[in-house]
This record gives sequence, C-alpha cells and structure tokens, in this order.
Amino acid sequence: MNLWLALQDPNTQWVLAGCILLGISSGVLGCFAFLRGRSLMGDALAHAALPGVCLVYLLTGSKSIGLFLIGAGAAGLLATYCITSISRHSRIKEDTALALTLSVFFGIGIVLLTYIQHSASGNQSGLDKFLFGQAASLVSSDVTTMMIVSGALILLTILLFKEFTLLSFDAGFGRGLGFPMGFLDALLMLMLLMTVVIGLQAVGVVLVAAMLIAPAVTARYWTDKLSVMAVLSGLFGAFSGALGTLLSTQLENLPTGPTIVLAATCFFVISLLVSPRRGVLVRLIRFLRLRSKVLHEDVMQALYERMEEPHHLQAGSLTFGIEEHELAEKSGKSTAAVRKALRGLRRQGYVRAVDEASGHRRWTFTPEGLKKAHGLVLNQRLWDVYHMNEDRYASQHIDVNREELASQLSDETLAQMLEQLHAYNLTPKLNQHVPAASQLHPTNRGGLSV
Amino acid sequence: MAPTITTASLTVRDLTVAYQKKPVLRNVSVEVPEGKLIGIIGPNGAGKSTFIKAVQGLVPIASGQVEIYGKTYKQQRKLVGYVPQRESVDWDFPADALDVVLMGRYGRLGWFRRPGREDRAFALECLRKVGMADYASRQISQLSGGQQQRVFLARALAQEAQLYFMDEPFAGVDAATEKAIIHLLNELKQQKKTVLVVHHDLQTVEEYFDWVILLNRRVIAAGPTAETFTAENLQKTYGGRLHVLGGQLLVSSQSVNDEEDER
Repeated sequence: MNLWLALQDPNTQWVLAGCILLGISSGVLGCFAFLRGRSLMGDALAHAALPGVCLVYLLTGSKSIGLFLIGAGAAGLLATYCITSISRHSRIKEDTALALTLSVFFGIGIVLLTYIQHSASGNQSGLDKFLFGQAASLVSSDVTTMMIVSGALILLTILLFKEFTLLSFDAGFGRGLGFPMGFLDALLMLMLLMTVVIGLQAVGVVLVAAMLIAPAVTARYWTDKLSVMAVLSGLFGAFSGALGTLLSTQLENLPTGPTIVLAATCFFVISLLVSPRRGVLVRLIRFLRLRSKVLHEDVMQALYERMEEPHHLQAGSLTFGIEEHELAEKSGKSTAAVRKALRGLRRQGYVRAVDEASGHRRWTFTPEGLKKAHGLVLNQRLWDVYHMNEDRYASQHIDVNREELASQLSDETLAQMLEQLHAYNLTPKLNQHVPAASQLHPTNRGGLSV
Repeated sequence: MAPTITTASLTVRDLTVAYQKKPVLRNVSVEVPEGKLIGIIGPNGAGKSTFIKAVQGLVPIASGQVEIYGKTYKQQRKLVGYVPQRESVDWDFPADALDVVLMGRYGRLGWFRRPGREDRAFALECLRKVGMADYASRQISQLSGGQQQRVFLARALAQEAQLYFMDEPFAGVDAATEKAIIHLLNELKQQKKTVLVVHHDLQTVEEYFDWVILLNRRVIAAGPTAETFTAENLQKTYGGRLHVLGGQLLVSSQSVNDEEDER
C-alpha cells in the first residue's frame, strides 16, 4: 500500500500522533527510570497491568482506556506493594521478588485473557491485541486519551525535571534539601505506570517496557548531559513510535509492539557501535591505536635507554645500534612484538637497521627518531619526578590526564624539575645535538672503541 | 539569616536509632557549640554516619530530639549542608561538575524553579573555592576520587548553610584534595559556621579539629580536643583495638594511611 496515501488518512494521522506522543513521554520518563536503576520496574508494571485490564473488562464489559487505566493502575500498585514487601520481609532480594511478581501477575493475566477469549462476547473484545499491541485497533477516543495523558506526563516531567534529577542522582541529598523523595519516587513510579497503560493497546504488555528502556539507553550513548539525554531519548522514542506504527498499518497483521521495539533496537544497536565516545567500534579502534602507540613508544624508550647505558654509549651505540633481543629484554616484550614495532617505526622514519646483512640485525635512531625519543624519555622522567614530589607541585594545576607535562609547566618549575632530574642522574643523555654528526657520518668515529 | 543569640548550633537529646530491632545508637546526647570544626571519631560500625544521617532526618529515629539553633530540623533545614560519602552515588551519571554543584542551590530554589544565571555564577564560585573551577564542564565520571570529593564539597558550599555535616570527606583522597578541604574548613570556621566531620584518621585529629565527639554506639566523650582526645577516652572508644606506640596511635582494625600523613 502506498505510504503517502496512508498518511492522508485522518485515522492514521491520529494514531500516528498518539504513538509519537507516547514515544516522547516514555522516552523522557524512561531516562529517569533508567538512571534511577528502575528499568525492570517498567517491565513488572506492564506485565502486572494485564490482569487488571482483564478484570476491568470482565466486570464492566467496556473497553475504555480510562477504566483500563484504573484497573491497570490498581494492579500495578498491588504488584509494587508485593515486590517491596517480599524484599523487605524475607531474605529474597529485590530482583528475585520482581521476577516472581512479574510472572505470577502475568500468569493470572493470561488465564483471565484465555477465559475472556472463550466466553460468548469475548472473541470480539480485541483484548488479545493487548499482548503484542495493534495500533490499527485504536479508535479516536483511545487516541485522545493517549494524547491527553502523555501530554500531561511530558509537561509534568518538564516541571519536575530538577526534582527528578535529584532523585535519580542522590536521593539522600535531596531529602536533606527538603524535597520529599519518597513522594517523588512514588510519583515517578505512578507516571511510569501511566505510560505503560496508555502504551498497552499500541505496543502490548510484553514489549511496552522496551519503550521505556531502549530510547533512554540509546540516548545515553550520545551525550553526557541529562537535559540533552532527555530530549534525545524523547526523539528516539518518537521516531521508533512513528516507524513502528507506519510499518504495522502498512502490513496486515503485523503487530505494532514488536515493530516499534525493533525500530528502537535498531537505533540502539547503531548507537552501541558508532557513538563517538561510548560506541563499541570507536572504543575498539581507539584501544587498538593506543596499544600500538604505547608499543611504539615503549620500544623507542627501550632503545633510547639501552643506548644511554654507559658501556653502550662508549661503544658508540648510536652508530652500531642495539640488537632486537636486547630491546625485548629491556622492555619486557616478546621479540616478535619488538620486531613489529621496529618495522612500524622504520616506516615512520624514526629508526633504521644497521648491519642487516650479517644476520645480527641491530637498530639505531634516525636523527628525527632520536629527537622524538629524547622528547618521550624526558617527558616520562619529568612525570616520574612530578609524581615523586606531587605535594610540591600541587599548586601548579597539573592535569595528570594529559600526556605531556612540560607544556603545562612554567619555565621556572620546568627548570627546577630539570635540575632535580640532573640530581637523580636522570637527564636523558643522548641529545640530538651532540652525536648527530657522528650518526650521520658513522665512519668519522673510526671503528670500535672497546 | 545567622541567628544573633549565641545558642548551641546543634543540640541532640537522647537520640536512639535502630536498624531492624538492634539499636545502632543509644541515648546520644550532645550539645555542639557554634563556629567550631568538630571531628566525629570512632571505630568502624560505631554509628558515626548513622549519627549525622539521623540528625538530619535521613534515617528514622526511634526516640530523641534534635534541635538546630534552637528549632527543629524541619524548620531549620536551609541552615544545614550535607556532604555524603562519595561512594553513595553512581558517578556515571550524565552530568558535569557544575551540574552537581548546582544541585546545592535546589533547596533555595524550591519546587519547579530552574537554576538561573546567578545560581550558575554562584556554583562556579563554589567550584573555584575548592580549586575545581577548571573542571566545571568535565563529565563527573572522568574526575578522580579526590576531585569528586571536592565537587561534593562545592555542592555543600552552594547550599550556603550555617551547619555542615560531612561524611568521611578525607577517605581515599589525594594530598592536594586533603589540603583543599582543610583550607576550606578553616575558611568556614572563620565565617562562624559549624562543621561536623566524620573522621577516620586518628593521627590528624588534633591538627584538624577544635572539638571532638568520641562515638561508639553511644557518646563516650565530647568536648574540646585538648581535653577530650586523650589516651584514656580513646581506650574507652576503641577498646583493645587501639595501640599507643611511641606517642603514635595505631588502630589495628583500620589501615592508617601513611602516605597522607607525610605533610
């Protein structure tokens, strides 16, 4: 069917608008549920709502969302009460209590649902749609209720944004400030419950909790700011809601809930992989890069420090180089890793091989490499001195997470540190100025001086 | 705001706190003078944290009264600032340092109102006081333990309180942070504010605090440090766990942090 035509249909427009609003409210509220560590609570509430809804239908025979809200709300409260009292009065922990309550309530719900299905008027009730959701089954009064409730929820969340932030970050502190944290927690729970109930018909009890969790988790991948996270989460929720609804109205018998959830999951998986700070792929690439960088630096330092040793230095280490196995020994890495790093460094023009033909391959720095290694070793030793005397330099506002130290220091402090290096006999000895000549013209030194 | 009459900043009468059925604190009565730095000292599990939580109404109390500048806690809530233990929150929360400090302003803002430009400026000033101004927009999970502790302190400063409760602010922090905290405590004292600090390290008690409360399920002794922080009282508080070695106090059940005592 043509998507454009479907969008012209006022009924579809209504349903779409309802689902988008639902997506926004569940996305925004889901942020707080997720940060408060209540992700599973949404699931428990959703499953617990089923028996409530079925009972209301059995008692009244009506299918209005308003009445369902009351039934589901009562059942949800009862479930919450069960969970808290089980974990308080027995040795069972909260997660177990949650799982227990969830399955018992859902079991009762399914029994009631089956009973309704087999009763005389029941098979036209459409209650079976409550399991997986069917947006197409929404009538305009349902959509109106959905819009009013989710609009109210969004508004309330915006108003109480500060209070909910406090609740999810540090409830104890909030209580100290005079905010009734117990009340706010209960209110948040109630709002979650309402989101779940208005989402029941469109998304279904089994999957409505995903509407709360998936957008929030997805949004967390893209930002470190709660306000941005809430907006993003609402947007992700809205997109998934719209996408799921459109797809399920296009294809017959495609339940809305799973489609919405799949859409939300797609956003999540993409974020999981490619988000710039927390994404798996990005982190993997960053990790691999860091590993090879550390390896290269370590090998350069090992080469430098080996050459610096007095007997090597006297023997003209810059000219004749150091053997691979010695570097492996010095750096504590395998010879294969050292060889790989040296090849990489050669490509970058930092080291060169000496005497390659004789089988005992030895390595030395190019002038450029020596300069680089000198910088690395100096930086490393300055950090050592800094950490040794951290107290003394505390007033310098050093950011220890930054790689380079010298650039963060005043000239005065740097001079002081260099002096200290000298006192410890740690001044890097191979300076790029002095032996550069001998390095460029190895024959000038005239053979071995053993 | 500051009360003009000289009363005790905090009066606790017959406070008893029980988790489950077992009392954690019993018959705690203490009167704390204004403008002092007060150390709350006692072994692990003595109820030190429980004490400052109970006084603020954060845990239910079984009996007793708490008065802050002569009135109940509820009436004086705005006069009280709190620095909880750093481990009590999840630091992987989507917020930067300034956001957390701004939370200290929430009590003054009341319901629904958002922090404005002035609040942000004030919060930034509080961060500056703890030497963290450069980190205002740093995500809190990327701060070191000591820096996180200082953010918590700045948040308490943003409360503009008269009476501060701090739960182990020195636990596991670097030397720079310890210095920053001490500097700040003395500044608060000069402003006639009262600070109660749950403290672990017996070595530094005499250096840091004017007043101590020795606590082990009940108040063993309370008073000016010089009179109260005596070997005899410590023996009563710590019992067999305390050893006096050449003028140095050692508590066998706790690790005394040597690196931090060098200064």
